[in-house]
Amino acid sequence: MTIASIGLDAGSTTVKAVAINPEGQIAARVIENTKPDISSQAERLIEGLRSETGSGPDTTVSATGYGRKMVRNAGKVITEITAHGRGAFFLAGKALTLVDVGGQDSKVIRIAASGNVEDFAMNDKCAAGTGRFLEVILHRLEIGYDQVEPMLDRASGSVSISNTCTVFAESEIISLLARGVPVEEIVYAVHAAFAERVGSLVMRLGRPSAIHMSGGGARNAGLVKLLGKHLCVPATVLPEAQFVGALGAALTAASTRAGI
Amino acid sequence: MTISRQLQYALIKNVAAPLLVKTDAWKSARSFRAKKDKPNPPFGPRLESYIKLKELMLEHYFTGRYADGAVPVAWITSGSPVELLRPFGFHIVYPENHAALCAVRRRAKDLCVHAENEGFCRDLCSYARTDFGSVMSGQTPVGRVPKPDLLVTCTNICQTALAWYKVLARKFNVPLYVFDTPFIYGEGEEHDVDYIVAQFHELIEMCEKVTGRKLDQKQLTYHTQLGCECSKAWGKVLDLCRNRPAPMTTFDAFIYIGPIVAMRGLPECLSFYKFLHDELQDRVSRGIGAIQNERYRLLWDNLPIWFAIRDLSTAFAQGGFNFVCSTYTNAWAETAHHFDPNDVYRSSAKLYSRIILNRDLRNKADLILKLCRDFQCDGAVLHSDRSCKPYSVGQYNLADILNREHGIKTMILEADHGDPRSYSPEQGELRVKAFMETFQ
Repeated sequence: MTIASIGLDAGSTTVKAVAINPEGQIAARVIENTKPDISSQAERLIEGLRSETGSGPDTTVSATGYGRKMVRNAGKVITEITAHGRGAFFLAGKALTLVDVGGQDSKVIRIAASGNVEDFAMNDKCAAGTGRFLEVILHRLEIGYDQVEPMLDRASGSVSISNTCTVFAESEIISLLARGVPVEEIVYAVHAAFAERVGSLVMRLGRPSAIHMSGGGARNAGLVKLLGKHLCVPATVLPEAQFVGALGAALTAASTRAGI
Repeated sequence: MTISRQLQYALIKNVAAPLLVKTDAWKSARSFRAKKDKPNPPFGPRLESYIKLKELMLEHYFTGRYADGAVPVAWITSGSPVELLRPFGFHIVYPENHAALCAVRRRAKDLCVHAENEGFCRDLCSYARTDFGSVMSGQTPVGRVPKPDLLVTCTNICQTALAWYKVLARKFNVPLYVFDTPFIYGEGEEHDVDYIVAQFHELIEMCEKVTGRKLDQKQLTYHTQLGCECSKAWGKVLDLCRNRPAPMTTFDAFIYIGPIVAMRGLPECLSFYKFLHDELQDRVSRGIGAIQNERYRLLWDNLPIWFAIRDLSTAFAQGGFNFVCSTYTNAWAETAHHFDPNDVYRSSAKLYSRIILNRDLRNKADLILKLCRDFQCDGAVLHSDRSCKPYSVGQYNLADILNREHGIKTMILEADHGDPRSYSPEQGELRVKAFMETFQ
């Protein structure tokens, strides 16, 4: 198959890589947990995509994500903001507000009808409001993302937890469990706190008419629903939600090659 | 005051300090000449004024080591009316200036930890914690800071300064004067001016008591007038950055601000800014910019992130972004026009109470918009400073005003002016790069 470029998103939790065809469609993809040696991992994943698609060593590569500077054979390196903006605009084909819930940070990106990033907001130096927050809490409760939505539907919303700190939230949960509070109420409280935190990040850029979601957090259907409800706007998950950054990087590599 | 200390101080001030400064200046000049014509990417050529600045600050801190016991020493906040103290011969110490120096030299974190170990909360301003840490441990990058005979704090910068100086007063067991400037909404009231003028007289009385000297009114007018001229000279330096390309970056200005903070009202301060102005004016006339490729011009709001100045200035300059103005550097020039030598007290009351931190948000927004217009800024970076709450409050509203109402691209950068533990360089760099990418 003909491959235009490869994009790699070296995130804090997972590394994603895609190979795209000249139309920008994803022809091959790969995702795995981030290893300590990002350089070797990135090299291996890129090689894997090359052999899967039969593309040559001269296929242009772009990198993004926290480990982007560790990707040795990347021709162009761009920030996650630009990569997600580009990937999301390609997928949605219109102006949009993107909410990306990643492992290390949550990002809200406002993309104009031209496809350019107009403005963005990110969580501050704190795990609350990031994918890591939900990961820690759900791990403590031994719950997977697929179990969340039905639990939120069942919950009455009778308890709440602090949304200021992952560590404090975890100890609050221990107290709630000790008091015999049903697990679905705790799951609801955690997600409501999260939605409030990310919701205020969205509001920093002004209330949107709708939000689109990407990143690992978008796999949590319950969170997507609750965030939309909290903001009173429709919330849609982008196709290839976890690969939006890698796609944006690949599109950048392709346009660089084409001199666009 | 003992005669032996006074003799030692006179010897240091008149012989040792000038000798030390000359030796250091000679070394610096040699190093400057060697580097002068070498490329300095992404920046423009180096400024000779930096050598003069080093001389000034070295002399100030070096003679300060021997000041206590020889001359009266006052520790004061950056917004205090220093000119009132000059006629009494005080050696002035600015703990904020010293804390900034500690942060630049990467010494602030350890001093903050020292203060925290003594029970001071990490949420306190890092300048205050650095100062407490330095006072309690005796550690400082300047060798020694002289002990105070008088403390003067002024509420025009923040309320932390009040509690901070109360701690110092207890520690040193010396008199503290709390200079209170009412917060100004709109244009302010005449009764506020009366209230401040009354405090000038109280402070003068306290200075007379501490030093045993009577106020020399002529000296007061001289230093007040000189202080005003220093502020105006500083303003003229900053105004040169209206030119394209700007001959200086705001990051340079953060370093060159030292004399206007620590030596306002002294002739050497005025002559330094005249020298800097001439050097920058020469750059302007030859079309030389502070960075090699000035594509975009930015405004900086709030205090600098002292420990990250080099990293940030390089990252922005590499992208062709030059900071050409800031509300912080402007604060030492913005109220000079209030001064009237025929009415020193009332005009000084306005000068000290109408600074940006003591005025409402609308005034701050108008000021930023004016600066953006005057300096032709394409964007603004608002440093949300964990340590400086009064400066940081309202920045999201400001960002809205700039971005949505005036189309000025704005970024909020979360950090701290002194404590590197409150700044994540990786996240900061990502924000900066992403912000620059939005201009393409």
